[in-house]
Amino acid sequence: MNTESLWYIFINASLINNFVLAYFLGICPFLGVSGKIETASKMGGAVTFVMFISSMCAYGIHALLVAIDAPFLQLISYIVVIASTVQLVEMFIRKMSPALFRALGIFLPLITTNCAILGLALFQTNKGYGFIESFVYALGAGAGFTLALILIAGLREQLDFADVPGVVKGTTLTLLIAGILSLSFMGFSGLGS
Amino acid sequence: MSNLVQDKKDTDFFSSLKESPSTNEFIKGLWRDNPVFVQVLGMCPVLAVSNTAENALAMGLATAFVLLMSNLLVSSLRNFIPKQVRIASYILIIATFVTITDYAIQAISVELHKSLGAFISLIVVNCLILSRAESFASKNNIGRSMLDALGMGVGFIFALFCLGAVREVLGNGTIFGFSLFPEAFQEWIVMILPAGGFFTLAAWLLIFNIIQKKGSKT
Repeated sequence: MNTESLWYIFINASLINNFVLAYFLGICPFLGVSGKIETASKMGGAVTFVMFISSMCAYGIHALLVAIDAPFLQLISYIVVIASTVQLVEMFIRKMSPALFRALGIFLPLITTNCAILGLALFQTNKGYGFIESFVYALGAGAGFTLALILIAGLREQLDFADVPGVVKGTTLTLLIAGILSLSFMGFSGLGS
Repeated sequence: MSNLVQDKKDTDFFSSLKESPSTNEFIKGLWRDNPVFVQVLGMCPVLAVSNTAENALAMGLATAFVLLMSNLLVSSLRNFIPKQVRIASYILIIATFVTITDYAIQAISVELHKSLGAFISLIVVNCLILSRAESFASKNNIGRSMLDALGMGVGFIFALFCLGAVREVLGNGTIFGFSLFPEAFQEWIVMILPAGGFFTLAAWLLIFNIIQKKGSKT
């Protein structure tokens, strides 16, 4: 179907076209949960897991929808799968680790409306990836998301001690850092070719 | 825009509403509770498709349409949807309208559909729409919900246009495709790149913060 190597797909999804810094997907948790490195990395883990499952399901659904010739159901069925996966993860985490469940709080159910996950499902369909390729693509996207989240959390932890003017504090400052981070991620763009 | 709504309100559908609070529902989305600049909701499309003014406007219109229709439906079904499954039902309603919008845009202009790409489908997960459905439309009657959606929609279009126009003028030297500067103008390439989106939004937020701070002092 396409000749991209698996390694290239991974690097492409995680660094060159980082979901957060190049595609602007998943900005809400990126701005919301990036206050501390610890929560950021746990959030990254949860999102990666949901991405992983929903990407696999999306592959199956796409095959099914092609078989019955109903492409207009794509969006609706993807979002239903994502919502139920998130519900599953939520129950799983509550059973296995109540401490982590409390730490993530409201942001756990909000993973449903994380555009990065739906975006991943749509992109892999558009690119025509097979099963193994989708698998690697989801891993790369998850890794890229976690990396961006941890990087920005680290920067914000340091900035807590800096003396910034009142009007810049909060979202504005985070966006400025994100812009600079996005500039530096552009340095990866030569990697693939 | 506001005149148009007021005319409509006086004649038919909105006539039952009281004058001041309902105008308030509309106005609040434009400035005081502007979805982008104040609530910082629905950031993904705002940053991703605002590289030209035209894309920004199209995206704003599509989002506003979905917002309006889903608010209408959520508000009219608010007494029938059980509380436990409300979020799932809202998402299904939104996904339906997004699919309609997606196909409509594809029918109107294939070119535009291509340049907006997957971001039309991603309107489904725009937090703005879900938050309006949950926090407003599910508690208020149809007329008020429509006004709220209109206000928020126009506010969203306004914010997207602000970003798109700045990025296109600085990054490409054009506005809606028309050249604005003499040949010698050096484009700021960074403005069209992803980083430019972050910087432009940060600059607008900064301006907004300063204005609001001044307002609260006086």
